Amino acid sequence: MSRELLAVSLNHPGHYVHWGVIQISVANLVVIGLMIALFALAIFLPFPQGRREP
Amino acid sequence: MTATTPSSPPGERSWTARTRKRAVGAFPPDQLLPDRQPVYVASWIYVFGVLTISALLVVLASGGILALKGPTWWHTSWVGHYVNSLHLWSVELFMAFMVIHLWGKFFMAAWRGRRAMTWITGAIAFLASIGTAFTGYLVQQNFDSQWISTQAKDGLNSVGIGAYFNVLDFGQMLLWHIVVLPLALGVIVLVHVLLVRLRGVVPPYPARTAEPPPADRGTP
Repeated sequence: MSRELLAVSLNHPGHYVHWGVIQISVANLVVIGLMIALFALAIFLPFPQGRREP
Repeated sequence: MTATTPSSPPGERSWTARTRKRAVGAFPPDQLLPDRQPVYVASWIYVFGVLTISALLVVLASGGILALKGPTWWHTSWVGHYVNSLHLWSVELFMAFMVIHLWGKFFMAAWRGRRAMTWITGAIAFLASIGTAFTGYLVQQNFDSQWISTQAKDGLNSVGIGAYFNVLDFGQMLLWHIVVLPLALGVIVLVHVLLVRLRGVVPPYPARTAEPPPADRGTP
């Protein structure tokens, strides 16, 4: 795929976060953050009730 | 089919009749495909199980097309790129939904009420998914798969399974990825879903009151 078609340039080494013995790529950290956010939303957002039985 | 005796109704003693009787007894049609759920299921956290299965169906369909067309197609044609990406991103969603499903079930202790096997089959499905994803990375036929396989071989050799599970053997890894592991995963997921239908969806913890808690077997 030609480079100009990509929304994000991938033509460089990945970015990493270092914290003591922990090393994680920013991409994986973002995915984990999104999953935690989705989990919290699933807990707290109200669920549509739909139609009630008489 | 076995012969019937005068004392038993025709077909009553055959293995098909006995299997049918047991299957319908364990899974009555209204329990197998229910049209209503307990009121506590009205929460978004209960949606992630079916989201995981939905993503799995897209994974299997796109993977089936990739298997039929082959690496030259998925590396060179734009339709091949699209289906390849569909396979990758449906796997990403499958794993993410499954982990959120796992978090939800862990915090509501979903093994309660004789649901231990439901929990265990879910855990096995999770492990099988990791193996399937790993072998998927190995059969991409690009520099990424070359890097991952050469990094993984030393770890697998050090625990003594390299002779039986050779990550540098493309043919072996392809068959693990498209035959053995998807078949195992499909069967485990089927058993997992049947167990959910059998035991019902796990209810939340009862409120902390002075009254004794209600029975926690969900009525599907």
